[in-house]
Amino acid sequence: MIPALAFYFFATILVCSATLVIFARNPVHAVLFLILGFFNAACLFVLLGAEFLAFIVAIVYVGAVAVLFLFVVMMLEISFDTAREKARRYLPVGLAVGGVLLAELIFLFAGWHTAPGAVVSAANVTEETGALTNTEMLGRILYTEYVYPFQLAGLILLVAMIGAIVLSLRTRSGVRKQSVADQVARKREDVVEIVKVTPGTGV
Amino acid sequence: MNDSLSLSALTPLLPEIFLAVAGLALLVVGVVREQRHGLCAMCRAVAFCFVLACVFMLGLDWHRTVALNGMFVMDQFAGVMKFMILGGLLISVVLGEKYLAQEGLARFEYPLLILFAGLGMMVMVSANHMLVAYMGLELQSLSLYVLAAFRRGHGKSSEAGIKYFLLGALASGFLLFGMSLIYGYTGALSFDGISHVLRASGEGALALPALVGMVFIIIGIAFKISAVPFHMWTPDVYEGAAGSVTALFAIVPKVAAMGLLLRILFAVFEPAQDQWQQIMWLLSMGSMLVGAFGALAQTNIKRLMAYSSINHMGYALIGVVAASQTGVAGVIFYMMVYMLMAAGVFAVVLMMRRGGIALRETTDLAGLGLRNPAIAYAMAILMFSMAGIPPMAGFFCKMFVFQAAIAEGFYVLSVVGVLTTAVAAFYYLRIIKIMFFDKPAEALDQDFGFGRRAVLLGSVLFVVLFILNPDVLIEISRSAAAAVMVAP
Repeated sequence: MIPALAFYFFATILVCSATLVIFARNPVHAVLFLILGFFNAACLFVLLGAEFLAFIVAIVYVGAVAVLFLFVVMMLEISFDTAREKARRYLPVGLAVGGVLLAELIFLFAGWHTAPGAVVSAANVTEETGALTNTEMLGRILYTEYVYPFQLAGLILLVAMIGAIVLSLRTRSGVRKQSVADQVARKREDVVEIVKVTPGTGV
Repeated sequence: MNDSLSLSALTPLLPEIFLAVAGLALLVVGVVREQRHGLCAMCRAVAFCFVLACVFMLGLDWHRTVALNGMFVMDQFAGVMKFMILGGLLISVVLGEKYLAQEGLARFEYPLLILFAGLGMMVMVSANHMLVAYMGLELQSLSLYVLAAFRRGHGKSSEAGIKYFLLGALASGFLLFGMSLIYGYTGALSFDGISHVLRASGEGALALPALVGMVFIIIGIAFKISAVPFHMWTPDVYEGAAGSVTALFAIVPKVAAMGLLLRILFAVFEPAQDQWQQIMWLLSMGSMLVGAFGALAQTNIKRLMAYSSINHMGYALIGVVAASQTGVAGVIFYMMVYMLMAAGVFAVVLMMRRGGIALRETTDLAGLGLRNPAIAYAMAILMFSMAGIPPMAGFFCKMFVFQAAIAEGFYVLSVVGVLTTAVAAFYYLRIIKIMFFDKPAEALDQDFGFGRRAVLLGSVLFVVLFILNPDVLIEISRSAAAAVMVAP
């Protein structure tokens, strides 16, 4: 009873805030609604007993992604009215393509069935690991069975970082940076010259 | 299961592990050393790594072995594909070294991104698990997106990068969606597991969920080989990216994507052969037509090469449609020959500089026959080969796939293939005409550099001398095809 109530409570807020993300006029408000949506999704994960996913949603999406969005929205002055204008122009095409895709998906899921000999894995997992927590189970499987894709994911992130640096880091010319080594290595005789000036001639 | 992480079980992964570690080490070296003269040394170091990885490959057992819980497979097919990938990467690094310095793009990250892209490609062709295939694809794509936008501050290059990235992300979405449908239907993610369930559950035809999943997966990969309805990005990306990056795009990633496609079609969806043959038929037909007719209007040589590559992928896909062992061998053989031909052509494209500025138009080649006859004749030979004129290697690879298609009864496809070859011959021959018969333009810059000359020479020698001993490559392709087609 209480879980069901909680589910409907969180789900309603989630759907409402997701709708408001699209319809809010002020982009900052949209991002804030997005954060509210993420939190409610995290709560739904908790209800499902997937507490690790809930933490990840809260930490990664709210902590990193949404904050990044907020920064971008505040720093770039995006004119949402012209964007809306463009969106309206492409709306019919978008709706047509989306509609066809949606119809196909409805078709697909209406006739959905699994293969007769499908591998049933969900039941086995819970039986074997009843005493372990969600996080522990994920950790065990991630670092043993799935170590290869896990390492590859690490490399992908590394490449993403290299890419970000390559594409955005520029060494500007004409910037006066302090070079301590040059300053220390400077000698008196290199820079100071004593000139005897005879009066009336100039240097 | 538990002993799968012992070190000896990792032996088949030795080239990949070596490349990953070498890449990390070189990254540190590149950052610590100031990057004043970094590019040249880094290019050589990365090229050396590719050679070493090839040596490791030779030392491996090329019989089918799986490692890491069946996620990684090493067999003849993976071996041959990896050799091609490493060779192509080596060529593109050699081609790029001096060109980038001339373009003022000498940054040490360039060869390293190629290295990581290469690692992703190697992962792709020896994937035996949907997740691993996806990870490999993303690793190579992400590196390539960055390379496409490498000429930053240049409008077209940024456009190329963003276009490639957005469409690539869409294709990845399709791929993932297809994989999730397949997972939902079969409950398995490993290639062996999926094919086992599919084979057990139906005679021939796939059920609807699996079918939709398969189509989505094929779309995701077809984007990477730029087969026709999914080719839109190719001309723009080829045009916008820096010349040596375009050369890389033309030579290598398609080999890896084709490898993954063959592996997925034959190791996973083998029971649904009738169904995917129809899809491949359409892709092949569309690529041949669009590639041939689209190129007619192009004056920019990089866009021309983009359409040419679409066209060639159409021919290669004929072999996939045939789905016989000869056909698959034909695909592998076609990719080898195409790779080596394209390398030579791009060596010439990268040589096209006048007054320190890279040239783009085909008309800029005018008078090459007068001023640099050696290069002009080399280019002419490569163009003949691309067009498929008999004594050159380019003729034999086309003949191979057409033969396979006719043997399996795909007459329409073969006839269209031959006709589009004739259309394509027009624009290849037009380049020869421009080089030898048009009013000469001013001479090109003469500092071609050793790398580009060497690649051009090697490519021309291969194209011309292939006929003397054709059996070697054909036998290699056959054994690779046999390895990928054997039911696990």
